Amino acid sequence: MPESKVATMRDAVEQLVRDGDTVAIEGFTHLICFAAGHEIIRQRRRDLTLCRMTPDVIYDQMIGAGVAKKLVFSWLGNPGVGSLHAVRRRVENADPEPLEIEEYSHFGMVCRYMAGAANLPFFPIRSYYESDIPKANPRIVPIESPYGDEEVYAVPPLNPDVTIVAAQRADTNGNAQIWGLLGCQKEAAFAAKRVIVVAEEIVDESVVRADPNRTVIPGLIVDAIVEEPFSCHPSYAQGYYDRDNAFYIAWEQTSKEPELLEAWLKEWVYDLESHADYVEKMGKARWESLRPAVAMSGEVNYGEYA
Amino acid sequence: MSASENGGGSGPGNGLGWSKSEMMIVASARQLARERVCFVGIGLPNIVCNLAQRTVAPQLDLVYEAGVFGAQPKRLPLSIGDPTLVSGSTAVTSMFELFAFYLQAGLVDVGFLGAAQIDRFGNINTTVIGDYGKPKVRLPGSGGACEIAINARKVFVIMRQGQRSFVDKLHFRTSPGHSGDPAHDAKRGWWGTGPTSVVTDLGQYRFDEETGEMTLTHLHPGVTLGEVRENMGWDPRVAGDLGETPPPTDEELRLIREELDPDRIHSK
Repeated sequence: MPESKVATMRDAVEQLVRDGDTVAIEGFTHLICFAAGHEIIRQRRRDLTLCRMTPDVIYDQMIGAGVAKKLVFSWLGNPGVGSLHAVRRRVENADPEPLEIEEYSHFGMVCRYMAGAANLPFFPIRSYYESDIPKANPRIVPIESPYGDEEVYAVPPLNPDVTIVAAQRADTNGNAQIWGLLGCQKEAAFAAKRVIVVAEEIVDESVVRADPNRTVIPGLIVDAIVEEPFSCHPSYAQGYYDRDNAFYIAWEQTSKEPELLEAWLKEWVYDLESHADYVEKMGKARWESLRPAVAMSGEVNYGEYA
Repeated sequence: MSASENGGGSGPGNGLGWSKSEMMIVASARQLARERVCFVGIGLPNIVCNLAQRTVAPQLDLVYEAGVFGAQPKRLPLSIGDPTLVSGSTAVTSMFELFAFYLQAGLVDVGFLGAAQIDRFGNINTTVIGDYGKPKVRLPGSGGACEIAINARKVFVIMRQGQRSFVDKLHFRTSPGHSGDPAHDAKRGWWGTGPTSVVTDLGQYRFDEETGEMTLTHLHPGVTLGEVRENMGWDPRVAGDLGETPPPTDEELRLIREELDPDRIHSK
């Protein structure tokens, strides 16, 4: 019987995220674990290298709070809304301090995690031809195919010290099931030295075993499993709650003014002890407004082969 | 409600009953009439593809880089990772599968791109205004645009035009277009051939087969050639049979205003 890896967010971050670490909180629009980002801010981690395909509002908050020295990414924005102004202040004006950046395309970032997860020295892709991106990032390198005269570009493996991914459900050993957009959570988790899974709910192992095709991350690679409802707000968890678009739109203004950003962090992160406090402070009406109508999947027959 | 009655949608002083952005969205959507697999980008392309699916192209398989094939969104997706893209879609894939098996392997007929800057050969900048190391404006970067430009069979561009966006020289080439040397382009060995069309708020462009240079083929109603010239950083090639874009229909405008962009975020 595998041991329980259940932890509080506070303990998981305290024990597994260290100053100077390379950290990936993945999730493409879907299942972005804001609660983990907030806990990292609250514990005042410093000098992190933050990796994400789309830094999104979560990294704007973390970078605005001063936890990071470097950002590795492929698309920098507030999706569907606007800019990440805290990040831009640091990149454009070194305000309040410089932020080192390392930039890829989406496919390049996905394949960096892929190489990291598969223990490969690089991953070859057909991208970057006649683009200036490799000039801006010399780690993207053209290579000749060993089997012909074709040229492809190599991207280096990405092996985060810690990957944090959210999932709809997991058992106490960290076997995590995800449905809806899968992003590159699986690749980012397998590539990492340490993995934290944050689940909307912890379920019995029998629930996982009844539907093994839905298991994206096995407990084998998971160090801590945290049960944290609404951990992805203002992003979403398919079937649990919708994206809070009003929050993303409001962030455009908050992020533009350093004072507003600081006040937001104080009110919603530093002055709260945990994500449960955040959920309570946000209020029942907000959560009710984000709850989708039910659309169950069809059932499949796995068969009993005794 | 006819287009002319709905004054709310017209641009200032335009007097046509629709806005320039609406004309741009409509003209762009019509180009998808005979296409099958379309890779949808964030922002304007999102509205264009959803309009096309409801009008000229019900056969469209919408592909979203977030990892969805065959999306049939019931509301306009708030972002390209909206949960409405998943419910009722044909397939959900990992992002690796989406980019490797669908895009890189050549299954995508049309990729849609927007741009902060474009040059006469359809090269695109979405990375920085100014110097890369000390940018005046830091833009989002490539996202999937670089590999879409290279691996989609056709690339449609949609963007508003002006002196700062249609430039003689890009500040950064994020996504490659035509090189200006067709012999070179023919030997590149990618699926993509550089952008095939550009639709702006003023008109429509194709790319000349011999030179790979952007060529104005249609003016939108009410737009003059002088206006087009004032809003770009080079003197454009103009097709000998320069046409006028047919105006938006009442149904196209109704779909944009009532269903796809009721808050007028993209179409005012």
